[in-house]
Amino acid sequence: MNQGFGFLDDLAVREIRRGLLKALAIPGYQVPYASREMPVARGFGTGGLQISLAIALPRDRLKVIDQGADDSVNAVALRRFIEASCPGLETTTRTVEATLIQTRHRIPEQPLSPGQVMVYQVPYPDPLQIVEPSESRRRRCHAHGDYARLWVRLYEDMVRFNEVAISNRYPARVAGRYVIDPSPIPRFDVLKLHQSPVAHLFGAGREKKLYAVPPYTDVEPLAFSDVPFAVEPFRDATGARRTCARCGAADTYLDELPQVGAASRWQCNDLDRCAERLGYPGDSDHDEHHAGP
Amino acid sequence: MMNTTPVLEVRNLTRIHGRGCDLCRTSTGDAAGTNTCPHCGSVVAIADVSFDLWPGEILGLMGESGSGKSSVVRLLHLDDRPTAGTARFQEAPGFSHDLAAIDEAVARRLRDTRFGMVHQNPHLGLNFGVSAGGNIAERLLCAGERSYAAIRALAGGLLVRTEIPRHRMDHQPGAFSGGMQQRLQIARAIAPSPGLLFLDEVTTGLDLSVQARILDLILELQRELGAAMIVVSHDLGVIRLLAQRTLVLRHGRVVEAGLTDQILEDPQHPYTQQLVGAAL
Repeated sequence: MNQGFGFLDDLAVREIRRGLLKALAIPGYQVPYASREMPVARGFGTGGLQISLAIALPRDRLKVIDQGADDSVNAVALRRFIEASCPGLETTTRTVEATLIQTRHRIPEQPLSPGQVMVYQVPYPDPLQIVEPSESRRRRCHAHGDYARLWVRLYEDMVRFNEVAISNRYPARVAGRYVIDPSPIPRFDVLKLHQSPVAHLFGAGREKKLYAVPPYTDVEPLAFSDVPFAVEPFRDATGARRTCARCGAADTYLDELPQVGAASRWQCNDLDRCAERLGYPGDSDHDEHHAGP
Repeated sequence: MMNTTPVLEVRNLTRIHGRGCDLCRTSTGDAAGTNTCPHCGSVVAIADVSFDLWPGEILGLMGESGSGKSSVVRLLHLDDRPTAGTARFQEAPGFSHDLAAIDEAVARRLRDTRFGMVHQNPHLGLNFGVSAGGNIAERLLCAGERSYAAIRALAGGLLVRTEIPRHRMDHQPGAFSGGMQQRLQIARAIAPSPGLLFLDEVTTGLDLSVQARILDLILELQRELGAAMIVVSHDLGVIRLLAQRTLVLRHGRVVEAGLTDQILEDPQHPYTQQLVGAAL
């Protein structure tokens, strides 16, 4: 027990840890908890922040990702806050060095290794929210394993667009039971949860819910048996896979950067992975200042 | 060999809204002329309703507004739980459930796969936020179908079967006429080939020619599916056309039961006599 360590008081740490244990014991189940007031506005990652603060130890190395980047304002603010309130804890921008990775929107491109922990800042924990406004009825649906209306949503997407048009928050069934909303991450990353060697902890501060995908757990995105789940293809007009304009990677999630008077530029969303490939590990904006296009 | 077990065996089904007292049953009902208990103020929606429903049979429930017709259907469709009584539903030969004391998960499975419900108000039975095909797909998905192509084919077939043009499949039910909305409800209800269908005032508020087509459709489907049906109506014509046997309800009590023709031609109870007299 890290008595007195970090920003949270002992009771909060104990409650969140107990909630996380329950979440890990019942994969995908949303555990209610008393979300604390944080010195960050709700909606800026208070759920993930509380998990990080509750499980961080002085020996941890923390990485904070926002939109795939370590240097966006929100990531910097959260990293500095955890650093300042947890003496001894180190921070890093390198995925391979981190033991604790707090993220919004992305799972790092590099394979995760046992011993690391992923913490997610979740805006909407319940996948049924889009089809059922009443929380008590949603809980009943979860209890019965009644996800028919989510399936109907997939059906309606197929009818209208001839594909499932959910870009992020793609509902996925955990360990064959509860369906979760892997809230902020794109479709591209959902399959990384399947049989992952690390624990994935989700915290929704405003909605006061915790849920988890334990290591080595089955996670299958909802998909019709004859319409396989597909990730974002990132193909250009000729059908070729787009590559990162900086590092040339052809297997990563790409951001489209519109250019004035020219074709869009596509580059890796995960800047740490990009920098690593470019040979500047830990210096994710190396070429942005010195060698612009 | 004929199946000699009823699909439904309903015995003394009772539903009291309110705290209830010892005098509720005796101080309400047909003789008392009310279904509100004068001692405790509880509303006795239905009391001591008993009947058998046989495979492939259509049973009519007749009575005025507030007589308890819909309460019976709500209890049997597991939307509500009775205060007393039993209702044994035979899911398969030798495998039955007491609907009065059923587990939530089993109730959900029965509703999803064994029962079909058609409401008077299409807004209760249909999801107006999704397409007609989606409404049928929901039932098929509930019943465990996971192939998109199979769902499309089955839903298309059901629409054609209920006389909705296949090209309207991807339209919202809000764009349908009242008669089409009722037919869509029927298509949705019969999607998992249920053994028991509840039809609650399905033709009320529709014009006569549309009513006739829907009643024909119900009879045809009944012959094809062999499903047992409970038809609720205050319309004697509907009851006469569809139901082989009929229960007449008043103030939550069955006041007359028997073959439909017998009840309509030779009503015994003063209320039924009044009802039949008014219609003629």
